[in-house]
Amino acid sequence: MSGNEAVARAVWEAGVRVAAGYPGTPATEMLEQLSTYPDLYTEWSVNEKVSLEVSIGASMMGSRAFCAMKHVGLNVASDALMTLTLVGAEGGLVIAVADDVGMSSSQNEQDSRFWGRFAHLPVLEPSDSQEAYDMTRQAFDLSEEYRTPVLLRLTARICHVKGLIEVGERVEHQPKGFARNPERWVMVPGHAKRRIPLMLQREEELKRLSDQTPLNVLEPGSDRRVAFITSGPTYMHVREAFPDAPILKLGLSHPLPLEKAKALAAMADTLVVVEEVEPLLENELKAAGLAAHGKDFLPRIGELAPEIIKPAIERLLRKEAAPPEPQAVPLFPRPPTLCASCPHMGVYYTLSQLKNLTISGDIGCYTLGAGHPWNSLDATICMGASMGIALGMDKGRGEADKNKKVLAVIGDSTFMHMGMQGLLDITWNRGNITVLLLDNGTVGMTGGQNTPANGRDIHGQGAPRIDFRRLVEALGVKPERIHEVDPYQLPVLFKAVREETKIDDVSVIITNRPCVLIDEFKPFKPYAVLEDKCTGCGNCVEVGCPAIHVTRRDKVVKPSGKEVDLAFTRIDTVACTGCGLCVQPCAPEAIVHFAPAGTVVPIVPVQPV
Amino acid sequence: MSDTTNILVCGIGGQGVMTATEILSEAAIAEGHDVKKTEVAGMSQRGGVVTSHLRFGAKVLSPQITPGTADVLLGFEAAEALRWAHYLKPGALALVNDARMVPPVVELGLFTYPDDPIGDMKARGVRTVSFDAASIARELGELRLGNTVMLGAIADQLPFSAGVLLDCIVKRFARKGEQAVEMNRKAFAAGRAAALQAVPA
Repeated sequence: MSGNEAVARAVWEAGVRVAAGYPGTPATEMLEQLSTYPDLYTEWSVNEKVSLEVSIGASMMGSRAFCAMKHVGLNVASDALMTLTLVGAEGGLVIAVADDVGMSSSQNEQDSRFWGRFAHLPVLEPSDSQEAYDMTRQAFDLSEEYRTPVLLRLTARICHVKGLIEVGERVEHQPKGFARNPERWVMVPGHAKRRIPLMLQREEELKRLSDQTPLNVLEPGSDRRVAFITSGPTYMHVREAFPDAPILKLGLSHPLPLEKAKALAAMADTLVVVEEVEPLLENELKAAGLAAHGKDFLPRIGELAPEIIKPAIERLLRKEAAPPEPQAVPLFPRPPTLCASCPHMGVYYTLSQLKNLTISGDIGCYTLGAGHPWNSLDATICMGASMGIALGMDKGRGEADKNKKVLAVIGDSTFMHMGMQGLLDITWNRGNITVLLLDNGTVGMTGGQNTPANGRDIHGQGAPRIDFRRLVEALGVKPERIHEVDPYQLPVLFKAVREETKIDDVSVIITNRPCVLIDEFKPFKPYAVLEDKCTGCGNCVEVGCPAIHVTRRDKVVKPSGKEVDLAFTRIDTVACTGCGLCVQPCAPEAIVHFAPAGTVVPIVPVQPV
Repeated sequence: MSDTTNILVCGIGGQGVMTATEILSEAAIAEGHDVKKTEVAGMSQRGGVVTSHLRFGAKVLSPQITPGTADVLLGFEAAEALRWAHYLKPGALALVNDARMVPPVVELGLFTYPDDPIGDMKARGVRTVSFDAASIARELGELRLGNTVMLGAIADQLPFSAGVLLDCIVKRFARKGEQAVEMNRKAFAAGRAAALQAVPA
């Protein structure tokens, strides 16, 4: 099982009745797996804040509750979190937060252990799948014993690592029922003031627990050159690299077990903290008067992979350079790119062909529009930010940007996550923005989860479906400024963008083709390039489709004397799904259906969406 | 740890790298090993680089293979095999599908794809066996068999018999019917033959 699957299994076994989350790498599979288990309610929430609120409500009723999100999701949920810590948990409440250390698929790298300090909550950190399972089960007991929400902090190297684990069976926990108690549950200043001392007292109790609990293990070891304090996946790397060293392995990493740390420090000449991202433990140890090494020689950015830790520590011990690692061959990059027939491709191709645009982007597959060949995103910050940033660009522009058209590009799921409020702000404050709402009916980047836009719930069952046209109209966009277009029809798309950007008002252009990775997408007939007709103009390459390949390059000198590069192409008919985008800019009409002679098919297949 | 076997599988998103490694780990589990498997997923399904690390033995701690310690490299794409060749132990074997998957950034003329990645690997002293998994699969009548061809290729480089791996493949395709199982058996055998034929002395 992967770490995410192990957490899901343990949540189910712990008798959880309500689990909620929002998809995000590397956290997605926790809720996805949980939705396959019986006897509990699971949901994709519209955003992480709502998912935490749903979990809080269930805990108030006395049910065990769980929510899962990626690191940036907890930023969104943090408003709820910071007051939740005052009221505490009734039914066991565990919040799994997955840090994308190394940033395989995120806009930043941050250390969610901070939330434990900020919100005065216990932080559990498993170091492999078995521990992810064990600690998740223990987290619910801990939550109920101390009436505290518990943060289960994971990293990609836990979530997506598979290992063998031993599992148990589900134990039902019947909720005791809601105990009406405004002084506990209604956080007005008078009530909250009385809850703060209780929260701090709870943290003191957890501090004592931290020095006693078997979650924090002091492994003595015989190699007394250096002692390590570590947690999470780095424990495994350190243990493997230094099999006989004393290690304090933290399962409950906040509050810190200070007495155990002091005992460890006495075991060796040098104390090293191996922690990914921020020097949290290191600073706390130093504040307690312990001389600890850490970020003075270990990187603060990215994963502390075994090949980083071992040579760094050997250098620290011997004060000399370790032999160099085998070096990689420098090669071309292979950045992620839009799929063949991706409905976003026509949008970015169109944007790349227009001038004088400033484009505010958002978080999703369509962030890839910032890459080659489109280069059509000028800003991306966080979920839903395309709206507010576009408005700020509009209001903040000076003489230099007077003639620029400001656009915002956002996907369906991101729009419902946090974009709707931004659009409301744009209409209310009379912004001059053209919004491209790319509705592909799914959360594409995380593997195709359901959203209110496709009218299916987490189980794939029918659910109320959001009508974007009516939604944006209700948010204040004039009906005549709302256009639904087929993103495979380049002239239609081009015309809509060009005309709407000319009008001094808020416009919303909604695209309506499904993501190619979901069941709604039906491949069309593939295309091929007629070799004798291809003039090497390279227009099709500019579309950016991964199914188009260059077979031959050449140069010609035009009558004007200008030298032009030629790129003759072919289409990989296995990869092509026939969206027809490349057909449209092909001047010599060299792209035709790859089909037996005599078959008549329309060049751009149009079918009801 | 010396008793741990390290297998690195690499390729690009959508090629079946993760599924192949999954089947390899099932075989290692069937042999009674402790097993850990890790990969960088996320955006990789959009045509990006994918590597999957598989480690098995009596007790596996870290899931990650360090450069210079892989016992065998299974490359689904020629340039990707070259990209990760430095993970191999000196003298260890690379089994490579010689397919060239050229990404859009190269087609746009922004970067170059090496002329002969397999030749570059050999020039760097890597024991390299290459074969054309797609052609082998096409000859058997189904392009999707390429994954099983790849598993056949690695079957004789594992610390357990090829039959253990084949059993795991058969189990996976059993629900798709006898014909699917038979096709996969053939693909596995063809992959084994292709690799064994080409193994350098």
